[in-house]
Amino acid sequence: MTTVALKPATMAQALTRAMRDAMAADPTVHVMGEDVGTLGGVFRVTDGLAKEFGEDRCTDTPLAEAGILGTAVGMAMYGLRPVVEMQFDAFAYPAFEQLISHVARMRNRTRGVMPLPITIRVPYGGGIGGVEHHSDSSEAYYMATPGLHVVMPATVADAYGLLRAAIASDDPVVFLEPKRLYWSKDSWNPEEPQAVEPIGRAVVRRPGRSATLITYGPSVPVCLEAAEAATAEGWDLEVVDLRSLVPFDDDTVTASVRRTGRAVVVHESGGFGGPGGEIAARVTEHCFHHLEAPVLRVAGFDVPYPPPMLEKHHLPGVDRVLDAVGRLQWEAES
Amino acid sequence: MTVMEQRGAYRPTPPPAWQPRTDPAPLLPDTRPYRVLGTEAAAEADPALLRRLYAELVRGRRYNAQATALTKQGRLAVYPASTGQEACEVAAALVLEERDWLFPSYRDTLAAVARGLDPVQALTLLRGDWHTGYDPHEHRVAPLCTPLATQLPHAVGLAHAARLKGDDVVALALVGDGGTSEGDFHEALNFAAVWQAPVVFLVQNNGFAISVPLAKQTAAPSLAHKAVGYGMPGRLVDGNDAAAVHAVLSDAVAHARAGGGPTLVEAVTYRIDAHTNADDATRYRPDAEVETWRAHDPIALLEHELTERGLIDEDGIRAARDAAEAMAADLRERMNQDPVLDPMDLFAHVYAEPTPQLREQQDRLRAELEAGAESDAEGTG
Repeated sequence: MTTVALKPATMAQALTRAMRDAMAADPTVHVMGEDVGTLGGVFRVTDGLAKEFGEDRCTDTPLAEAGILGTAVGMAMYGLRPVVEMQFDAFAYPAFEQLISHVARMRNRTRGVMPLPITIRVPYGGGIGGVEHHSDSSEAYYMATPGLHVVMPATVADAYGLLRAAIASDDPVVFLEPKRLYWSKDSWNPEEPQAVEPIGRAVVRRPGRSATLITYGPSVPVCLEAAEAATAEGWDLEVVDLRSLVPFDDDTVTASVRRTGRAVVVHESGGFGGPGGEIAARVTEHCFHHLEAPVLRVAGFDVPYPPPMLEKHHLPGVDRVLDAVGRLQWEAES
Repeated sequence: MTVMEQRGAYRPTPPPAWQPRTDPAPLLPDTRPYRVLGTEAAAEADPALLRRLYAELVRGRRYNAQATALTKQGRLAVYPASTGQEACEVAAALVLEERDWLFPSYRDTLAAVARGLDPVQALTLLRGDWHTGYDPHEHRVAPLCTPLATQLPHAVGLAHAARLKGDDVVALALVGDGGTSEGDFHEALNFAAVWQAPVVFLVQNNGFAISVPLAKQTAAPSLAHKAVGYGMPGRLVDGNDAAAVHAVLSDAVAHARAGGGPTLVEAVTYRIDAHTNADDATRYRPDAEVETWRAHDPIALLEHELTERGLIDEDGIRAARDAAEAMAADLRERMNQDPVLDPMDLFAHVYAEPTPQLREQQDRLRAELEAGAESDAEGTG
């Protein structure tokens, strides 16, 4: 057996590769959106697809998000498997009517005979210096809508594996791509066949004994960095990467928190009405007798996403995570 | 170099890239709604088609009356009648081939029934035992769509997909005058024209969006004129003239089938009944206005033509009415049976596989139901 030297690849490249492999494997897979064809997307994530598969398979659409998703519904009704790109998180809102009233419900409405296998890719989150309407964390809206899967990768390998699974899924998947991780690199060889990651399973990114950091998407690297820094304080933190909010992997989260007895949920999305509230409630319900402290949340402030020169004050960073860990009632231990 | 520095060398020019993209003249609708019945064009109409349209109109009127009655009896949660609009509903169904697709709104159960759908299944949404009571693939009728105009982009996408696959399939989408104000109407027409998708949009301009008249809905010369802005032909037709609606839609479908792209058809008609049984139309329109439209009734128009030309006799009229009565009796009987409900269906089709959380909720409901059944049994025991 020969060992292949792993070259660093970016998350953006892994996503491109995932779509390319899916399109090659399945002629019903169609990529569509604004600027996805000739330009290859504003983040170049669809680079080369129109050239390789033709403009009928990777289509520059008119600039109208409801129209993009609405026509994708019709295409899926006829047996195609559309992969739709919403150019930015906050530009996806015009498509909400189609998403909530049709995409999420068509399978249920028709008693399962008309599923809509649509993947909706959304570059999301802040930290790239985007001006207004380019940095939202909109996952709370999606996870509150029954019928949608809500998936977010945090690593290069997961970007590939989860996007392949999303495209292969017979259910609609809102696939949230952390913008500021697009250029993150990992030892991942884009020339090698890659694994498809099943949707709905969280992973422990870093095992630890003191407390669990429950997180996803762009906050995973923040939590890993915080966990390294925490060793100086004598804390051995476990980091759970949820990878999907829907389905939610209660088993992995519960097992971790029962082991550590303490938990902090970390995400960029606002705290009030955000995913952290649901997660904290679930952890409390499932782990009450194992908890040494209330479950804490480290989230974005409950403000409209700040202008780029102020976003560093908004985004949950290492210090804020460590501060929350410090408030987990350690005095009871001594 | 600035203009000042170029001195006399600078010559103002028109914008370099601009050129007219489409000649708007052929796209413009006629100034008056196209008519067949009562005009010279009627002589050209196929007698067999006219008789078929007549039978369907009579059946459709009876269907509307029966569904309205069932609502009053509590058998339907709500019924938005298409009384007075039967010509549009029936013609839309009859112009399509079996392989084509129909995209109805909530007011278009009659079109679905005229296309061959079982009337009971078509009324499932309005009875309320489920949302869609039929397999859309069976008769190629999309689920009845409640959010206004949102079914239009679906029709465009389906037609586009069919064309990409090389299939000879046309989609016909129904929408009302109020629906033309929605953003999805605009986006669907724009996508359809850009993609040259084989789709036909039929706007039934019935005068009202619940209580709001067309004058408060648009300042366009006509709804058909909206087509021109998208680069597709607009056609204006008398929506109560079944032969005219059938002719105009047939042309549009043939145009789409031949690769000519989409057409917007505005059928001028009138909603004789209130918006639904829950509405009171006397609050916003005078009876006299309704009476002028009753005089332009789609069945009377066609029956007059058929009788004048000797294409139907008393027996023929009676046969159409008898067939309609038989349909109504069957509908009545079947709708008076309580639907079989399974509360577990709530969880069955949310996802291909229920999430662990849904499984828990399903177990909870099942336990509740079993506990309820036990206490019921104790109560009667």
